[in-house]
Amino acid sequence: MSKVETKAGENAMTETTTKNRSPLLRRLGVGFIRNILPLVLAIFTSGVLLLAMGKSPAFFYGEVLRFGLMGTGWQRSLVMLAPLLLYGAGLIVAFRGKLWNLGYEGQYLLGGVLVVGFAPFVMGSLPLLLGFIALILVGTLAGGAWTLLPAFLKARFGTNEIITTLMLSFVGIGITNILIRGPFQNVDVTVPQTQVMPLDTMFPKIFGTRIHIGILIAIVVVLIVHYVLTRTSFGLRLDVYGASPKSALHVGIDTPRMVMILFFMSGALIGFAAAVDMLGLWGNMRANWNPAYGSEILPFVFLARLSVLASIPFLAFYAVLATGGALASQDIGLDSHFILVVVALILMFMSVIEFIGMKRDLGQSYLPPTLRKALAKLLPQRKAGNP
Amino acid sequence: MDLLSVAFVSAFIAGFLAASMPLLVASLGETIGEQSGVLNLGIEGVMLFGGYAAFVVTLATGSFAWGMAAGAGVGIVTSLFLLVLSVLLGLNQIVIGLAVTLLGGGMTSVLYFGNYSKSTPRLGKDEPFSLWGLSDLPVVGDSLFSQPAIFWIVLALAIGVWWMLSKTNFGLQLRAAGQNPNSLDASGGNVVATRAIAVLLGGFFSGLGGAYLALISTGTFTPFMTQGVGYTAIVVTMLARGRISWVIGASLVFGLSVAVGTVIQLTNINLPTDVIKMFPFVVVIVVLVAFARSAYVPPALGLPYSRGAR
Amino acid sequence: MASPDTHSPTASTPVLSIRHITKTFPGVIANNDISLDIERGQVHCLLGENGAGKSTLISILAGMQQPDEGLIEFEGVKTNITSPRNSMDLGIGVVYQHSTLISTMTVLENLMLGDTGSVRLDRKGASARLAELSELLGSKIQGSALASDLALGQQQQVEIAKAMWKGSKILILDEPTSMLTPQAISGLERSVARLKNQGLAIVFITHKLREAYSVGDEITVLRQGRVVKNISAEEMQRSSEEQVRSLVLGAMFGDDIDAAGKSEIAEEISGSVESHRVRPDKSFSGLAPALVLDGVSSAESMTETPVREASLQIYPGEVLGVAGIDGHGQRHLAELVAGQRKPSNGKVLLDGEDISGLGVRGRQRLGIRYVTDDRMHEGIVGDLSVAVNLVLKRIGAAPFWKYGRMNRSAVEEEATSLVELFDIRSPSVQTRAGTLSGGNIQKLLLARELTDEPKVVVFNKPTYGLDLKTVSKVRAIVKNFAGEGGSVLLISTDLDELVELSDRIILISNGRLAGEVRNDSPHTAERVGELMLGPEAA
Repeated sequence: MSKVETKAGENAMTETTTKNRSPLLRRLGVGFIRNILPLVLAIFTSGVLLLAMGKSPAFFYGEVLRFGLMGTGWQRSLVMLAPLLLYGAGLIVAFRGKLWNLGYEGQYLLGGVLVVGFAPFVMGSLPLLLGFIALILVGTLAGGAWTLLPAFLKARFGTNEIITTLMLSFVGIGITNILIRGPFQNVDVTVPQTQVMPLDTMFPKIFGTRIHIGILIAIVVVLIVHYVLTRTSFGLRLDVYGASPKSALHVGIDTPRMVMILFFMSGALIGFAAAVDMLGLWGNMRANWNPAYGSEILPFVFLARLSVLASIPFLAFYAVLATGGALASQDIGLDSHFILVVVALILMFMSVIEFIGMKRDLGQSYLPPTLRKALAKLLPQRKAGNP
Repeated sequence: MDLLSVAFVSAFIAGFLAASMPLLVASLGETIGEQSGVLNLGIEGVMLFGGYAAFVVTLATGSFAWGMAAGAGVGIVTSLFLLVLSVLLGLNQIVIGLAVTLLGGGMTSVLYFGNYSKSTPRLGKDEPFSLWGLSDLPVVGDSLFSQPAIFWIVLALAIGVWWMLSKTNFGLQLRAAGQNPNSLDASGGNVVATRAIAVLLGGFFSGLGGAYLALISTGTFTPFMTQGVGYTAIVVTMLARGRISWVIGASLVFGLSVAVGTVIQLTNINLPTDVIKMFPFVVVIVVLVAFARSAYVPPALGLPYSRGAR
Repeated sequence: MASPDTHSPTASTPVLSIRHITKTFPGVIANNDISLDIERGQVHCLLGENGAGKSTLISILAGMQQPDEGLIEFEGVKTNITSPRNSMDLGIGVVYQHSTLISTMTVLENLMLGDTGSVRLDRKGASARLAELSELLGSKIQGSALASDLALGQQQQVEIAKAMWKGSKILILDEPTSMLTPQAISGLERSVARLKNQGLAIVFITHKLREAYSVGDEITVLRQGRVVKNISAEEMQRSSEEQVRSLVLGAMFGDDIDAAGKSEIAEEISGSVESHRVRPDKSFSGLAPALVLDGVSSAESMTETPVREASLQIYPGEVLGVAGIDGHGQRHLAELVAGQRKPSNGKVLLDGEDISGLGVRGRQRLGIRYVTDDRMHEGIVGDLSVAVNLVLKRIGAAPFWKYGRMNRSAVEEEATSLVELFDIRSPSVQTRAGTLSGGNIQKLLLARELTDEPKVVVFNKPTYGLDLKTVSKVRAIVKNFAGEGGSVLLISTDLDELVELSDRIILISNGRLAGEVRNDSPHTAERVGELMLGPEAA
């Protein structure tokens, strides 16, 4: 069975493969296959799809690189990366515990809308730094609070969290819109949106670039999260719980408490991401707006094997892809949601490659029995048991 | 508008059915899959693929029947992804399901944008299929019984699914695959084949559900038009625990809550649309909380099967 | 239906011939050049300890695995058994040790499963067939009963009926008596005799010599994947029980009798004599009990039997054995003592103090430990290293953790010394614990639970499924611990083990503690057996 592999081993002094003494070259090779190959295959396949639609893949991806990296592109990518790092960390915390927090959209939007909603009041009455801290807290707590009901249901009754978080997400989206059209409505305009935060009440930029300090905050925070997950006793307890709730109970871990804490941390980090996004980039929110980062960064979080540290380069890649892709799509006359297709392909290729890798490690054939037998008839006779 | 006027009641019933039917169809498919132990989180993606295909075909041929068939067919093809990856290879069903959802949303959005965004065509209404003059009943007759043929077919399918699950050998094997695949294997059944068929059937229904949504409920295709109906189907399935009567009931309740929303909009009560749109989901959550303990799933749900796994 | 015995020339052809079957898995040769014949109308016993290769052979015959080498002849015809379906079509029926019935379905539904003849479920036909088979087996089975409501003995009868559903020529029974009451065992023996007389070939797998002798017409002894002895039907008939016993023991242990210490011990382990107490008799008068359960109950659970108003005391240095059929509340009992489960009623006392409110960590610090029977999924976390598993119940505690950070060298040191002390065979302390063999995992668990001043230890089925060497090691550990003044709650389904080690034995039945037997005479086993027969007959 293919598990979504985690880096639990890094916490627990475990050899991560049974073949521990493999030479460097081999490990590089394996690393390439597991981490880079899915991306390459996905880009290739989406290229084929582009061709089928009469567009040039070379042109498209060239534009992606141009808009994502060249000129001010890299700055815009970094701006996009800031909230994603926190968002990804939030997902990782929950997924490491095998808790499927799929309510991220609602958590993000609620966090974000409360930040921009209260911004005029908060920034008007507090000095800048305190104001930032207060608003970040608001967003963080809002995101965390929105996980509490599913967390409680899961901890107390074992209710499946996939459904509860999903449904609550839709409710959260609805509440966000109600708040935007209601108490937070910008009375100066007819469009349904909140007030726009004046630039001097938002995050300052770095050295005259477009990059706001949110990226620095994000990096510091996720590094702390990484440390907690991999070096502390709490992190080990999380790994034990994620590996086997039964074992967790057996060794004395308070599992209901663990569920609540993990969910809250997850929602809080996502709310934090929203705060950074609002305070650094958007400054306001329109009704029916939903960047839906969560579904799009999921594959990259898995590619990083649920390690916060490893997620940084992967999310950076995604940031470039999304930033460049949005503009490249416009250029090429394609709907911007094409990125979803690329992301989905990455997810699928990654799963398949993981699967093959795992079966190889275990010395088993990765082909289903019927397929294997059919192939065996075609190929010359080999020793039974291995492909 | 007079609450009890014929026009109003008709609108109410129409809205109610338009919301219930796609959910019912999707839930039937999800039930078959879940009973066999396969969780299809990609249901929204499959519905979107089915809806888009149905839309395109009906637009081209003018025939609703062909559109429905296309939707169901595309549903089957799409679920092949799920089949190969989750059932045959045994990959994480949650991850694959999410991938299918993303793929469905992304592809249909791109295709629609490319082909129809400028023209935004709409389809007409399908020919109603009157059942033995029932549509002549006063007040409700027309709206309730003058439904396109597909409506009746769906009801027949629901009965068919019930019969299949409880009265046939295949249904027994399917349920065994979800309860205890080891037992099924030891009995000589083929767990993989059984689940494969279940997934394909699920795809058929999901695609059909998307087609219904596009062709009948709304008369057009909009990117991401499912808006959570697929996930609601998963909830319905988990609550119904394989009992088709419950699936039908839950779908109707959901449709009712959507229709109530529409009603409120028509009256003078001043509730924001957002509240109304949220209402069905709130209902679902309340139900979940109330029945927290009985959201029971087949023990083998989500776990891939491998014989003699060491 | 089983065919009546024919006297045609082909009646001398064995139903099944196994020739030079070899099967390897990564790291172990499970079956090594095995050859034997199964004759109709006879009971052929496969005798061997856990790990001898019996299960692998069975799974090959059942079509679940394919041999790497060798061939199988069915009624003289070379055959490949490619799948369970294939095996069933040939007429091979297997009844496994652990139930393959689906607990949420009825008996009839379980029996109809796999019958793909028609589209519609044929309940009438199935009921008729069930009646037919019940008659044949001499038991009463209700088609409409839920599988989970049946007692273990009845479940087994259903499994036999299922194995014979399509008409069988061979019935394979894998360790069928391991979880049965004496009464259910005689019911089984009756059914086996009837089937034999109908001409069915029966393969009876066991690790108990006593059983093999009483039930078998022919015995094949397996050891470490090989056939080490075959006692044919003629030999069986003309040999006495003593002669058969020494033949088998010689074949099984050969040089190991010396390794095991004494031939009496070897005999005991192989279950060939009535087991008796090995530990010195002790008196506990004047001592205060270490652990007391006072009217403890646990909450109802969907999957397991709860404990109802249990009261017991364990004295320092005493081993209290808990006998009973598996699934009668043992798990809840163990968890109540360990702190994994809160009592809904009653109190748990350690040295007179009420600890009912303490959880696992709290009780652990006070010296209460629990060696669980679910080694792989509860005891260890397979993906974590041996070293971390050894300190898994002390997460966050000094000296292994400081300010929340793990002190790796301290953990490694502790692990290395424990590995040595308990003889845990592992490539290194960093190896993933899940790759260890069953015996070594058990030693890991013992090492973990028995360090750091244990006072009261709960052992739940500590030797289940282990090879003989490890079994004797584990039992020695229990003896030593009690000898040094520790208190033991020994939960086991192995009556021999309980008799060997316990000072007293109590019975658990449907969650209640019923009856107590002092282990102070040679008739302990019988008296416990009587207790088990008591109010319910399975």
